[in-house]
Amino acid sequence: MGMINSNPKANVLMLKKLFIFTLIMFAFGYALVPFYEKFCEVTGINNLLNPDVLSKDNWVDEERWLAVEFDANARGLPWSFKSLQTNARIHPGEPITVMYEITNNSDREIAGQAIPSYSPRYLEKHLKKLECFCFTKQVLKPKETRQMPVQFVIDPSLPVEINTVTISYTFFELPEGVNVIKK
Amino acid sequence: MAAVHGDAHGHEHDDHHPSGIMRWITTTNHKDIGTMYLWFSFAMFLVGGTLAMGIRAELFQPGIQILEPELFNQFTTLHGLIMVFGAIMPAFVGFANWQVPLMIGAPDMAFARMNNWSFWLLPVAATLLVSSFFVPGGAAAGGWTFYPPLSTQGGLGVDLMIFSVHILGASSIMGSINIITTILNMRAPGMTLMKMPMFVWTWLITAYLLVLVMPVLAGVVTMLLTDRHFGTSFFNAAGGGDPVMFQHIFWFFGHPEVYIMILPSFGIVSEVIPTFSRKPLFGYSSMVYATASIAILSCVVWAHHMFTAGMPTVGQLFFMYATMLIAVPTGVKVFNWTATMWRGSMSFETPMLFAIGFIFLFVIGGFSGVICAIVPIDIQVQDTYYVIAHFHYVLVSGSLFALFAGAYYWIPKWTGRMYNETLGKWHFWLSMFFFNLTFFVQHFLGLAGMPRRIPDYNLQFADFNMISSIGAFGFGLTQLLFLYIMISCIRSGEKAPQMPWDGATTLEWTHLPTPAPYHSFEKPPIVK
Repeated sequence: MGMINSNPKANVLMLKKLFIFTLIMFAFGYALVPFYEKFCEVTGINNLLNPDVLSKDNWVDEERWLAVEFDANARGLPWSFKSLQTNARIHPGEPITVMYEITNNSDREIAGQAIPSYSPRYLEKHLKKLECFCFTKQVLKPKETRQMPVQFVIDPSLPVEINTVTISYTFFELPEGVNVIKK
Repeated sequence: MAAVHGDAHGHEHDDHHPSGIMRWITTTNHKDIGTMYLWFSFAMFLVGGTLAMGIRAELFQPGIQILEPELFNQFTTLHGLIMVFGAIMPAFVGFANWQVPLMIGAPDMAFARMNNWSFWLLPVAATLLVSSFFVPGGAAAGGWTFYPPLSTQGGLGVDLMIFSVHILGASSIMGSINIITTILNMRAPGMTLMKMPMFVWTWLITAYLLVLVMPVLAGVVTMLLTDRHFGTSFFNAAGGGDPVMFQHIFWFFGHPEVYIMILPSFGIVSEVIPTFSRKPLFGYSSMVYATASIAILSCVVWAHHMFTAGMPTVGQLFFMYATMLIAVPTGVKVFNWTATMWRGSMSFETPMLFAIGFIFLFVIGGFSGVICAIVPIDIQVQDTYYVIAHFHYVLVSGSLFALFAGAYYWIPKWTGRMYNETLGKWHFWLSMFFFNLTFFVQHFLGLAGMPRRIPDYNLQFADFNMISSIGAFGFGLTQLLFLYIMISCIRSGEKAPQMPWDGATTLEWTHLPTPAPYHSFEKPPIVK
């Protein structure tokens, strides 16, 4: 094949450059993972593992009542998980502590991580969690039972049309060697 | 099919290529490889189309008649994957293989052996993908975007899909590297960048987009694979990962991908419209800049696919405005095509009909795209048939119509034979009628709230679904007419004149015999 109007050396050089660029973009795909986590951390989106700090000008809206429902699930691991109270009536801005109980029903040591879920979804923006068992992984010995607290404040900025909110936790099993705390 | 003409330039060649099947397996000739790409993509178009017929047959009436929900989900998933990665993308690479060397006066692609390899990876990938229907658990069923957690939970079919996407990605990257090198290094003397035909320009920009985003897709499916089998937790919330992150990385690839599928069709239309208007392309340099602007903007709009996934308002606003901004360079293009036709000596052979049909229907798809970009509307129509209607207007009456226009336009140059003009016009008008019958009513279904990817629906949607299904069956059958037209053209079409289109000005028409000889431009033409 006569490559009269082409220079094979220049072509191979171009091939190398583009191949290196391809590898860089493959690495960039992976670099998006820490970038995404950092972005969420800096902007405060998706903060699952760090306690919130109550601001000094927190106030309690005693005019208003809010019903809070507590939900607890264990998905795919042999644990029993429940909250010791199913609901509460509080004022926005008022701190509350709720106890949860987990029991490992199996004969092996299991590590689990609780993932929160809220209804309505934007409750997350108004929920200040001061203490939670979901900030760390929980390791339970065979047949062990543990009681753990969640302490939180629902900010009075929650839209007034909301009268009832639900806070739900689901425990998932952590594979061995995986430690959820990355930050 | 390209016959062997060794003496086009008045000197003898020794063509050492083997005959029979080995010719095709071992070929490094850009015309052979282009032909194989086109046949492969048409075969995949029929496979993906068959799946679409299954989907529309199930949706012909409310209730479950033909496909159980599990199988229906596999059909929608594989229909999308096969059409995107198996049909549309390889078809454009086939056009690039045939046309880029001919239009810039190069003897072949820069890396002929790699070209052969990038084609022959495709049948392997397609086999993996299609055979996944027959493994336990069936094919991937979580949608063509394979979001986790469905894609981390699925069975063997998902693994086959992941490998298939890896191979298709490798093929695309090699193809793009080849195209970029050919265009940048092998143009005939005098063919400056700003003298290149628009088709070549659009492919240069597309190829850059491909090397930019295909590796990111390869990365994200690799993460999916390691999440599934090697204990990582990129997308697994319980392990500290985030399924929404998959959507961000996927659409970082996925949005440029939709422009990868439309920019070369802009190129084809930009060749066909001037030829049949017998005028040069209006606003050539603005076309080049518009194409580049679309490509750059396409990299910063991905999250408009995720307005309902949870995002701060400022993020939604950014992605909304950035998306709407793309309408500006796209509008420049539509204006230029229209201005090219303005006061031209127009004639309406089949390629021109498909090109005009493209402009008309692509603009409808573009407008519904702008509508979807508006956050409060998008939240209403997300995952409804409105979105299905929108992207079929840009992918079927956009990309596919442009491919048809290109096939009719260049088939005389490729084969030395003319297609049957009467049947070509029938193909256009039937496609036009049935396409709109299928997809226009889906706007109404979507606005009324019919969700996508569900095999059953409420009774209120029954009439429009039946109309849509009838349109789909008609559209599907019409494409068999295209197959017949092409085969009868190749086997027994009338001999094409040296210059079948009197308005054509690009090198393949002005500097090469018809049909194009097996080896062309071994001596580069001088472009003035």
